[in-house]
This record gives sequence, structure tokens and C-alpha cells, in this order.
Amino acid sequence: MQYEMVAGFETHVELATNTKIFCSCTTQFGGDPNTHCCPICIGLPGVLPKLNREVVRFAIRAGLATNCHISNISKMDRKNYCYPDLPKAYQISQYDKPLCENGYIQLSNGRKIRLNRIHIEEDAGKLIHKRGDTYIDYNRGGVPLIEIVSEPDIRSVEEAKEYVERLQQIMRFIGVSDCRMQEGSMRCDVNVSVRPAGSDKLGTRTEIKNMNSITFIGRAMEYEFNRQVELIESGGEVEQQTLRYNDAENTTSPMRGKEDANDYRYFRDPDLVTIEVSDEEVDELRKTIPELPFEKAERYVSELGLSEKDAANIAKYRKIAEYFEAASDGVKNPKTAANFIIGQIFRRLETEDDKESFEIRTTAEQLKELIKLIDEGKIKNNLAKTTLEKMLDTGKPVTEFVSESDMADLDENALAELCKKAVESNPKAVEDFKKGKQKAVKSLVGFVMKESRGKADAAAAEALIIEIIG
Amino acid sequence: MAEGIITHLGGMLENKEISCTELTEKYISAIDSANGDLNAYVKVTPDEALAAAKTVDEKIAKGEKLDPLEGIPMTLKDNISTKGIETTCCSKILEGYKPIYDATVWSALKAKNAVLLGKTNMDEFAMGSSCETSYFGGAANPHDITRVAGGSSGGVASAVGGNIAAYGLGSDTGGSIRQPASFCGIVGLKPTYGAVSRFGLIAYASSFDQIGPVTTTVEDAAIVYDAISGYDKMDSTSQGRKGEPTVASLKNDIKGMKIGIADEYLDGVSDEIRTAIEKACSVYESLGAQIVRFKLPSLKYALPVYYILACAEASSNLGRYDGIRYGYRTSNYKDINEMVCKTRSEGFGAEVKRRILLGTYVLSAGYYDAYYKKAQNLRGSIVSAFKNAFGSCDVILAPTVPNTAFKKGSAISDPIQTYLTDICTVPVNIAGLPGISIPCGFDGEGMPIGMQLIGDTFCESTILNAAWQYENAVGAEVFRSSSYGVKL
Repeated sequence: MQYEMVAGFETHVELATNTKIFCSCTTQFGGDPNTHCCPICIGLPGVLPKLNREVVRFAIRAGLATNCHISNISKMDRKNYCYPDLPKAYQISQYDKPLCENGYIQLSNGRKIRLNRIHIEEDAGKLIHKRGDTYIDYNRGGVPLIEIVSEPDIRSVEEAKEYVERLQQIMRFIGVSDCRMQEGSMRCDVNVSVRPAGSDKLGTRTEIKNMNSITFIGRAMEYEFNRQVELIESGGEVEQQTLRYNDAENTTSPMRGKEDANDYRYFRDPDLVTIEVSDEEVDELRKTIPELPFEKAERYVSELGLSEKDAANIAKYRKIAEYFEAASDGVKNPKTAANFIIGQIFRRLETEDDKESFEIRTTAEQLKELIKLIDEGKIKNNLAKTTLEKMLDTGKPVTEFVSESDMADLDENALAELCKKAVESNPKAVEDFKKGKQKAVKSLVGFVMKESRGKADAAAAEALIIEIIG
Repeated sequence: MAEGIITHLGGMLENKEISCTELTEKYISAIDSANGDLNAYVKVTPDEALAAAKTVDEKIAKGEKLDPLEGIPMTLKDNISTKGIETTCCSKILEGYKPIYDATVWSALKAKNAVLLGKTNMDEFAMGSSCETSYFGGAANPHDITRVAGGSSGGVASAVGGNIAAYGLGSDTGGSIRQPASFCGIVGLKPTYGAVSRFGLIAYASSFDQIGPVTTTVEDAAIVYDAISGYDKMDSTSQGRKGEPTVASLKNDIKGMKIGIADEYLDGVSDEIRTAIEKACSVYESLGAQIVRFKLPSLKYALPVYYILACAEASSNLGRYDGIRYGYRTSNYKDINEMVCKTRSEGFGAEVKRRILLGTYVLSAGYYDAYYKKAQNLRGSIVSAFKNAFGSCDVILAPTVPNTAFKKGSAISDPIQTYLTDICTVPVNIAGLPGISIPCGFDGEGMPIGMQLIGDTFCESTILNAAWQYENAVGAEVFRSSSYGVKL
């Protein structure tokens, strides 16, 4: 029998507000243990939470960027459970009245992954196990989170990965989070079940907790899918349980069974008042949502003539997309800018993090100056490429490397002169070429390019040289 | 004319009849001699008190004008956080805990150079009606030390009633200020929910808790209330005082004021208390007020609603006491789970455990709808019933407690019977209303009887005005215990 995967995500995203959700401590990652703390975020007796309105605004923007309905009225609830990293023994979260509801994220295959809700809550501290003891660092406690809950609309590992990537890109584009999975500012719980292909009934699901890499998400889901299918095929039944993924062995194992599932005893937090959001505030926030990466990519293809692949690669990173748009604004051929970015510039940005932080010395304005010279036919592509390397090395403008005389056009006579000189001073290459070594002409062209300091048109030079050699 | 101790002492300081240091020393030595009988204080802070007194004396020497509360020796219930001074809620689990910040109310009073004599006794985590669930044993009633001072703010009431503090701050979740005030023959005001900041008040039931003054006279209560009320950005549920300071309208004429009496409040009340309330009605009529009788049928749900909701909130609020960060920790344990379990089993007393269990139960999956949700809905009906009532009257007059102070030990033996004594006080907390208890007579055994005046939300000035007029008409002096404390 053919089986189909059914998956949904619960994704926690740390918000990039300056201060924590219920106090004014910094949200900065790192710091010596327990230095980003105050009586409120360590839950000392008698303290009260005070909702940071910026968190509400960030979450609303996340909701708007994922097509959610924003609730005019919502509230905070307590989720009660006992764990040493949770100093009040309850997490302040939202239970039955989340801030955002009923959104979706569209995948490249056109399928919409529905979002059930996005709600705000506080993060917990961290346990550090060292020398056989356990220490607690509450720096992360009270850092604002949004939890984005999808419907079980995902049908394959590919869709799952794209869903997470798109979510990550959207959150980064609207600036609500850096979504660094390794640092834990984005974490996923994945619900997986299987069913006979074509069935519309949902199977029993398992939940793989705390995934912090897209690669591992893919592997874990694949493993879990196969495990469930084998179980059913061999006459067994999938048990609803919470799983941990072990990346070294690429397996999942149960964390706790259904029988000891937590009863969180949710109830409204009496220390916090109703969250009211006016339509005016939503409209004002809607205006701050920028063009999203997929929309950008589409526009780069349809309006600027980029290939789909290049468009996607540039639009994916907010800073790079902004750089590209600034460098190509008003130039004749935006593709030149795209080629420089994907060629020379990407070579200097090896990792995803490098691309995300996008720290280069040449400004978009400087790159545009260079492209304009190409547009005007003042410099040729090869010279432009070597010049760009120098610009990227030094951060200096194009005028530092290309002189007026470099930019003067090489006239036909001068080119003919140089080609003649190339043939005369390189008898060995000419000989080789005559013997049928086509490649030998390249070294002659190289001579011309060097002599002309890159101004010569390489194709024209090659044709002329062949003509001279006869 | 009922002159309060605060005004009286303020006058003495101003006229240099006594220095603030001398006054403070008098109180400290009075505590020394009386506290053995009363057990009102669980912690005395003479150094802090004398330091504050010195500052006040310097101000007096310079001829600077004093605020009404400046230099007045006072006390705080042990659930109000005081930076660097042990704050235990009279629970073993908070043994040794010294807050690193001040409660907003204490900051406000400290800024006025209030002289803190110490922290007063209470039922553990404010759970109780006799002060006897305190880890340190109960506080005694200054009128008869074989009887309880009431609870949970029993220590404050005992200290103010026994005149070993000029005034104090208590907290009232289901009657914890008004009931002990009534038992000890003094004045206790529970403000509107949101009038006084809760920041720094160690929570019992967050949607009910309010800090309020415990004083010997209505005027004192008004002075203290005016000083501690106000919006606090640290407390999202705080709204502050609405309108002018209450002292301004304290002595207003009450001719034409409508005073409501709901029959349900008088059900099950002792004959002596019923008579005292009827007598108070006559006093009001003689002052030109009008008595309006009406019904409040939803009052019968008040007790279950209160005990379900308050325990639910408490079960969550008290989850943080796990022995990890502060307070008591068990000495022998194998792992973290055992440590937390043993710490809580050993650190909490029986009444606290009972309420945590009740609260956990009513919030549990499968029981939530039957208990918690239903109680929330009924809370809504009680709120509307009061709203309606205030359509036809300005204040509601009711007994504070159905009985007078009982003998020590009787509450502990029958918790349910003790819960029932909260019947007259909890409705005010359920509806978030202001309520004041003032003395209105004695029973046959010489124990004080208290009556309660309840107002609409943020109408403290109305109930204080009505209370002052009554007190002024009957004379407050007669209600003070003369066996203990500072003689002035």
C-alpha cells in the first residue's frame, strides 16, 4: 500500500525586541549567567508582569506577514508546570484567545499551509549541566516568543523544509527575529502521522520535539514516516507520544508517553489585563510589512528579467535583496548587478550566516557607479570584474582603480595596431595556432587585453588576430 | 470628636512634645513587653525604625514641615516585601528570605519617612481566618488573649488594637483586613481592587488581593489610604485612586445618603450582632441618612465562588516555592524531584496544602468546566448584582463577621466551619469593591463587634465619609483596648 505523510509544525520564534516580555531586562543572547535578570524575570515572590507592548506589535506584524486575522481582544493565560528553568512554575502564554489566527504560508508548488494561530509567550531559562552538577541560567527567561502553529497540511519532507525556510525568511524580512536555529531563536516541534494515500482521515500522530536544524527536521521526519509505515504494515499501531530526535544515530525515541502527559491547568493570568488592539493599529502595522521574499523574487523575474534561480537566491536574504535593488535602480541592465552579486560577492560570503549578515565593503551606490560605466560602454566586462574585486578588497570607489584614459574607447586603428603587435611579438603562439592549436589564440588575445589595460573588446580582438595570422 | 492616633502623634511631633526617637523607643519597648502575650510581631526592626526616626528628628530640628505619616511608628504584614528585611508570609518555606526590592506601598511610605517597627504575624500565605496557620503561631486578641486576633492580618490588627503600632498595612483577599479589625475593635479598609498597587505583595489570590490600612480611627484609615493608593506602572491591574484625597470629604454631611441593607447578609448572624447592626441603622437615620432594604440572592454563591477561584489562583501562585532559589530547602534528597517534593511537603503547613490541592483539583482537565469556569460565571453575576444594588443605594451596611472573636484552637479543629465565617467579607473581594470595617459595639463577653460599609468601585470617599460620621456620632475612644501598648 502507498502511504502519505501528514505533518504539522509548532514553531517557536524568539522576537528581536530590545527588552523582555514582562520586564525591562535586555533580550541580548549570551552574557554571563544570570546577568540579564531582575526580580520580575526570575519570578521572585510578589513581583508582577507588565506586558511589553512592543512584543504585541512584533507578533501582529508576524501575523500580518503570514495572512493571519488579528484579534482585537486577546488575553494572557498561565500554563502551569514545574521545571527548574521556569522560576514561577508557570509560563505566561496564550491559550484560547491568541493574538493572531487563521493565516497561511504559500509554498512554491502553490499549496497553502494553513496557520491555526500565532500567540505570544515567555521563554524559560536554561539548565547547564557541568561537572556532575546542574546550574540554571535565567538570562533567556522572559525573552518574548511567538509560537506559530500550523494545521497538518504538510505532505512531504520537501514541503516541510520549504515551510520552515519560508517562515524563517518572512520573520527575518519583517525584522521580528533573526531566526537562528543553532542559537535557538527558532525551534520546531514537528507532528508526523501517516495514512493510506488518498485517505482523508488523520492517523495517530507523534510529536518530535525541539528540532534546531532544517537538515535534521528532514531526516527525523523521514525516519519517523518509515517507522510508522513499518509499524502499521506489520500490524501494529502508532502510539501518540512525544519523541526526541537523536541526530548521531538518526533515530527518534520517546520522551514521555501519553499516560504521563502534562495537565497544564491553563487559566487566565489575573495579573495581566486584556490585550486590546484597534483596527487603526493593525492598519498602521500593516503598512510596515515590506515586500516579502517570494513576492520580490517574482518581481525580479517578471520585471527585471532575472532567472528564477538568481531571483530566488537574491530575494532570500533581506540585506542582499535591498542591496541588489539599490545597485540596480536606474541602470540599463539589472542582470549585471545580479551577476556581480551572485558571482564575485557570493564568493566572499560562504555561509548562510555570512549572507544573512551581509558585511561587505562596497556600497550599493559604488556598485551602481561601476555598472553605469559598463552600461555606457566605458569599460568592458573583464575590466569591470577585476575592478570590482579591488573595490571589494578596499571599499574604495571605482574611480580609484579606473582612470579617464582607461575609460576612453579604444578605436579600431589602435585595436588593429595592438593585434599586429601581438602577432609579431609572440611567434611561438602564432606557430602553435597555425599547427591547429585553437587555444593558442587566447594567449594572443590576452596580450591585447593586457596592453590595452582591459579596454579592448576581447571578441573583436580575437577575430582580428585570426584574420592577421590568416 | 474621634481624633486618630496618627493625627495625635503628628501633632505631638510638630509641637516638639516628644522627639521621633523617643516616640519610636516607646513603641519598641511597648512591643518588648506586650509581644509575649500578643505575638503580633514576627520580626521587630528597631535599627531601621530608629534610623528613620533620626531623619525625622533632623527635619523637625530644621523646622521643616512634616507629612501626616512622617515619623509615625507603624508595621507591615509579613507578606509585603521589604528590601533586606526578612519577609516570610509566616511560612517555613520562606524562612530566611530577604527581598531584594521594596513593595510599591512600602517605597511610598518609606519616602515619607515612615518608621517601620517590624513585620507582623499572619496566617501562612494569608490563608486562614484566625492567624493560627502562621508558622510562628497565632496572634492574640488584645481584648482577651485567650481569643484569636482574627485573620489573616491578625498580627497587624493585634498590634494596632494593642497599640504597639500606630497603624499598619494588611492585605485582604477574602476579609483578611476587615475580619481581624472587627475582632480587635479597630478600623480596617479593603480598597477597591486596583486602587493600591499589589507590586511586592506576595500573592495568595491575585484577582482578590488588595493591600489596605489597619488603623484605630476612620480618619487615620483615610490618611493612610490617600498615601498608599495610586496608579503604579509596575502593576497592570492598578488604576489608582479616582478623584480627590478621601480626607477632603471625610466630614461631609450624609443627609439623604442611602444606606442599603441586604437581608442575606444578616442570615446566620448572631443576635447580638444583628442588634448592633440595627442600632447602627438608627444612628444613621438620626444623621439624616435613609435606610434602603433590598435583596442580594446571589450572595449565597459567594463562599464557593471565593474558595474555588482563590484556591485555583493560589495553587499557581505558590508553585514557585521549590527550594531552588530562596527560602527553605529540605536537607536530604537524592534528586531534584525529591528535593522539590520534600521541600514543599515540609515547608508548607496543612491549610496551605489543603488550598493548593483544592485549587489544583478545580483547574484540572475534566473538572475545570464544572468548578473553575462555573465559579467565574457566578463571579460575573455577583458583580452585576452589586452594580444593580448601587443603583438604589450609596453604601451597603452589613456585619463584618457573623460572630465575634472565637477562642484559640477552635478554627484549626474545623476548617469548613471557619470558611463559613468569611461569608460577609468575601463578596466584596469577589466584586472588587471597597469595604471598611469599623467597631459598633461589644458582645456580652466584652468582645468587639464590627460592621462593614461597602461602596461601589472607587467610592472609598463615600464609605469613609459614612464611617466617619458614624464613628463621630458614637465616639471611637470606647473601643480601644487599654491593657497594652504605648500610653500617650
